[in-house]
Amino acid sequence: MSDNKLMPQDNLSASAPEHGLENGSRREFLSKAAVAGTVTIAPGVFLHSTARAADMASNGNRSSRKLTDEVSSKNRWGMLIDTAKCADGCTDCVDACNEEHGLLGSHEHSADTQKTQYIRKVTLKDKSTGHESSLPMLCQHCETAPCADVCPTGASFVRADGIALVDKHICIGCRYCMMACPYKARSFVHENIKNQTLSSPRGKGTVESCTMCVTRIDNGGIPACVEACTKENHNAMIFGDLNNPNSTISQELKRRGGKQLRPDLALNTGVRYQGL
Amino acid sequence: MNRFLRQLTTSTRVLAGSALTAVMLISANAVAETPFPTINEPSKAEKCIQPEDEMRRNHMNYILHERDETMHEGIRGEPSSLANCIDCHVEPNEKGEIAGIESEEHFCNACHVYASVQIDCFQCHADRPQKFIDRKGGETAHIKHKLQEALAAATETESEKGVK
Repeated sequence: MSDNKLMPQDNLSASAPEHGLENGSRREFLSKAAVAGTVTIAPGVFLHSTARAADMASNGNRSSRKLTDEVSSKNRWGMLIDTAKCADGCTDCVDACNEEHGLLGSHEHSADTQKTQYIRKVTLKDKSTGHESSLPMLCQHCETAPCADVCPTGASFVRADGIALVDKHICIGCRYCMMACPYKARSFVHENIKNQTLSSPRGKGTVESCTMCVTRIDNGGIPACVEACTKENHNAMIFGDLNNPNSTISQELKRRGGKQLRPDLALNTGVRYQGL
Repeated sequence: MNRFLRQLTTSTRVLAGSALTAVMLISANAVAETPFPTINEPSKAEKCIQPEDEMRRNHMNYILHERDETMHEGIRGEPSSLANCIDCHVEPNEKGEIAGIESEEHFCNACHVYASVQIDCFQCHADRPQKFIDRKGGETAHIKHKLQEALAAATETESEKGVK
């Protein structure tokens, strides 16, 4: 009996100093674990499979569509960005996007203004109040997209679930869509590209823009930018189904609202902003 | 439309077959001197999604059809996809190098050069499996940040070892 009582006490007293001693090596372990984490995450495939396994489908935050079924207008994928949480100078979302789609190193001969950017950080200033907000600017995934309107070949289109895409198989590189886009969201590929990522085939002579990481979404994942923002604990970006009233994004929009950029154009954008 | 195409391809096949026989009969001696593409047999896959002769003739139809369905309707996970072809058929050679699409050693290019048919897929799509892609071009501030962390952790361990 007395032995039994002593045992746990012994364990406790032994473990307490260990905690103190182990602090340094635990930090080391954590930093190593972080590095190991990025290695496994880099191909992106593991993220999809874990996301699917978690099956967070029913809440409208991820796609639950079977890959053999057609996309439908039952869903409308969108993003909500809280500019109050978006730090000036932070480019985690931009970096994640460049990494996901392999955008860097594919335009060394291009001028800065020509370089591909799916997402970029901009600072908006309200002239009357002087209020500045820093926000990520990307394809707004309009319902009535001007890019799709003007495209002469049908390469620019809005998928049934609200994602604006370029079908590079039929894009002739006329760049009419780039002129039509009020958000300057599109880029033209000027150079030969090699080693494209699986999720983002891209080549010279075609126009491209944010795909909302459509391959990830189809596989039940979330866009790379949203994932990076959440992972770094900024939590400024929410992804989800705008048509599902239970999704986090719909709830948040209902609670606090969200503005469109250039609402005067009545494009019904899929990307909304708070705190402008 | 499909039936028409099928008929068309069948008749083309018959024509091509008879033409080939004729050529073979005439120039039986020259066959040995005729260059023939060297096609790599994939080592890891047991068999292709379709028999070899079917794939040789009609691989483009399989890929093209599902290309549009995938792009516009989001239908994925069909057995035939360019990425799946590449995953099996493009492998490193004895030196451990991957021959790019510009090389005649590349699985696709071997025949396409031989048949003098231009191949456009790889202007946009990767010509090798994702695991062989050199991502130096994709080095971002984000990665640099992670590398610095790893480096710091490594030097920390080293200095600790030095103290001990």
